[in-house]
Amino acid sequence: MFNLEVSDPANLLFSKEESLRILDQLITIRKFEEKSIELYKSGLMGGSLHGYIGQEGVAVGVCSQLNKDDYLTVTYRSRGQAIAKGASMEKLFAEMMGKVDGYCKGKGGPMHITDLEIGFLGANGIVGAGIPIATGAAFTAKKKGTSQVSVTFFGDGATNQGVFHEALNLASIWKLPVVFVCENNLYSEMSPIADMVPNEHLAERALAYHIPAVIVDGNDVEAVSKVTQEAVERARNNGGPTFIEAKTYRQQGHMFGDAETYRTKEEVNEWKKKDPILLFTNKLIELGLVTDEIVEQLSHEIELKVEKAYQFALNSEQPNYDEIFTDVF
Amino acid sequence: MTRQITYAEAINEALDEILREDESVFLLGEDIGHYGGVFKVTKGLYDKFGGERVIDTPISESGFIGLGIGAAMTGLKPIIEIMWVDFTLVAIDQILNQAAKFSYMSGGQTKVPLVIRTQGGGGRGNGAQHSQSLEGLFAQFPGIKVVCPSTPYDVKGLLKSSVAENGPVIFIEHKMLYNTKGEVPEEDYSIPLGKADIKRKGSDVTIVSLSRMVQFSLDAAKELEKEGIDAEIIDLRSLAPLDTETVIESVKKTNRLVVVHEAHTTFGWGAEIVSQVQQDAFDYLDGPIIRVGAEDVPIPYNLELEKEVLPQVKDIVKAVKEALYIEVK
Ligand SMILES: Cc1ncc(C[n+]2csc(CCOP(=O)(O)OP(=O)(O)O)c2C)c(N)n1
Ligand SMILES: [Mg+2]
Repeated sequence: MFNLEVSDPANLLFSKEESLRILDQLITIRKFEEKSIELYKSGLMGGSLHGYIGQEGVAVGVCSQLNKDDYLTVTYRSRGQAIAKGASMEKLFAEMMGKVDGYCKGKGGPMHITDLEIGFLGANGIVGAGIPIATGAAFTAKKKGTSQVSVTFFGDGATNQGVFHEALNLASIWKLPVVFVCENNLYSEMSPIADMVPNEHLAERALAYHIPAVIVDGNDVEAVSKVTQEAVERARNNGGPTFIEAKTYRQQGHMFGDAETYRTKEEVNEWKKKDPILLFTNKLIELGLVTDEIVEQLSHEIELKVEKAYQFALNSEQPNYDEIFTDVF
Repeated sequence: MTRQITYAEAINEALDEILREDESVFLLGEDIGHYGGVFKVTKGLYDKFGGERVIDTPISESGFIGLGIGAAMTGLKPIIEIMWVDFTLVAIDQILNQAAKFSYMSGGQTKVPLVIRTQGGGGRGNGAQHSQSLEGLFAQFPGIKVVCPSTPYDVKGLLKSSVAENGPVIFIEHKMLYNTKGEVPEEDYSIPLGKADIKRKGSDVTIVSLSRMVQFSLDAAKELEKEGIDAEIIDLRSLAPLDTETVIESVKKTNRLVVVHEAHTTFGWGAEIVSQVQQDAFDYLDGPIIRVGAEDVPIPYNLELEKEVLPQVKDIVKAVKEALYIEVK
């Protein structure tokens, strides 16, 4: 019923310049995520850290087709998509540290990153909750007749929430310009999705609601970009919603400290060979766009940027106690 | 014989014994089986009792609580874990419109012997959707019992009684208590629901609380003792049933009352205690009844702000002094 969409190994989807920008974004998210682990270990943040390492291809691929004013809702695993949509690393780190310069003045935290200036309607701590909300933003776009598209990222496990099914049906009957991006990383928290859903492909669920659906190699950033392009075109042309199932893998635990007893090291290592950054870098090298040295240089520059953002956040102030009572209503 | 075990271990033991004793009992919840629960409360039970009785569910709270209700109505005894009390809100219809009303609406024909175990409260910087104290919400609905244990001894004995009930019980543990230790007998015992426990005898003021705030109140009592104030600490243990009698008796002796809860102050359950006490012991009161609760704002992420928002030992000390008309600098 489905073909796994992959990119053409012999040809680039993007121009050289665009390809380098994509690579830059992929590495930026990776470095940001690595630094986040350091941040968590240092005890400077509260709550839990849900990492994105291994899934960067999905965020970057999808966001490569979005405009600044397109809408986005995401989950607690949120910083990757935020960076891909154009968020500031300074404000992200600051929010994670609960500082006043953070996106939510330190009051939201990593599970609630919000940046309305880039259409980032919010990360969410409740599984599935962002799906109808993005559908609502699509409703606005349609009603106002703008050409904006609304995209929602959620996990495989979220497709078992009632609200997922309700939102898909609404989007379908009202032909709303929304793209449902399911990041199937094979696990919902510590449970294998194969034990929780009878379908081989989660995209099948969209067909029940008469929503066009595709499956794509989520670690193939170009392939993700291509299927998103089609989905976004459909949405902007009043063709209604699309469902994208991106097959991917989180290389770290569900959250920092996860004992990962539910999977083997071998499985993780197999997936590391299909790392989205590794795959794209190799392709660029093979096609002669970059060399190892250039990639290394780029990585180094990005590391400096990430470090700078981190230092900014470290130096940012704690919110004033008065902030407790602002923004309630 | 008693020994020191943690609150989490005490729950684990209770579940273990209940599963052994009653064939009709089974556990349902997210990641409670193979992984042993994200707070490790069900650790080892899957290996002991197998996947037929310790069942991992999809992320479908509404669905599996509803299923639990149906199973309970027809002869089984489900104990459901909802990972965070905040997620009960996703399934609130099943809990409050269904489980809590069936006995009454059916003229007593239908019984729903279902226990929902969950954990609430703040203190870990988990942000607004993972730090709530919702016991008062449930207590507003007749037809469901609400239990909030404060010690390893209590949590085990109260869980035993909750499972023995012939109706729905929401059993709210506290995330900050899981690792606290206390004495628990090796012999079988249970603690009846609706019996408050005087955790400290005193003569000058009565402090009423439950869950984590009991320990905070005991700590406050220690400080007050240094200033010659002798506080009596009452642990309600459950809101429904509510043991007003023990509170009234104590107030008649101390003539002063402070109510402490982690839930938001306004419309918090403390007001209910105040109302009943002023009605039944008005002539015994020698001062205003003071409530200590969380500020009326969503729980902020920043750890310092969170601390400021949630009641602390110093707030209880201050409240006691107000109740005693002692000037506070
Ligand atoms: C309503 C609700 N139930 C349970 C949880 C706890 N929880 C947080 S993440 C998660 C797993 C989600 O899995 P999936 O949708 O596959 O996303 P992933 O974490 O893999 O990105 C669970 C069960 C929650 N946050 N909200
Ligand atoms: Mg997943």
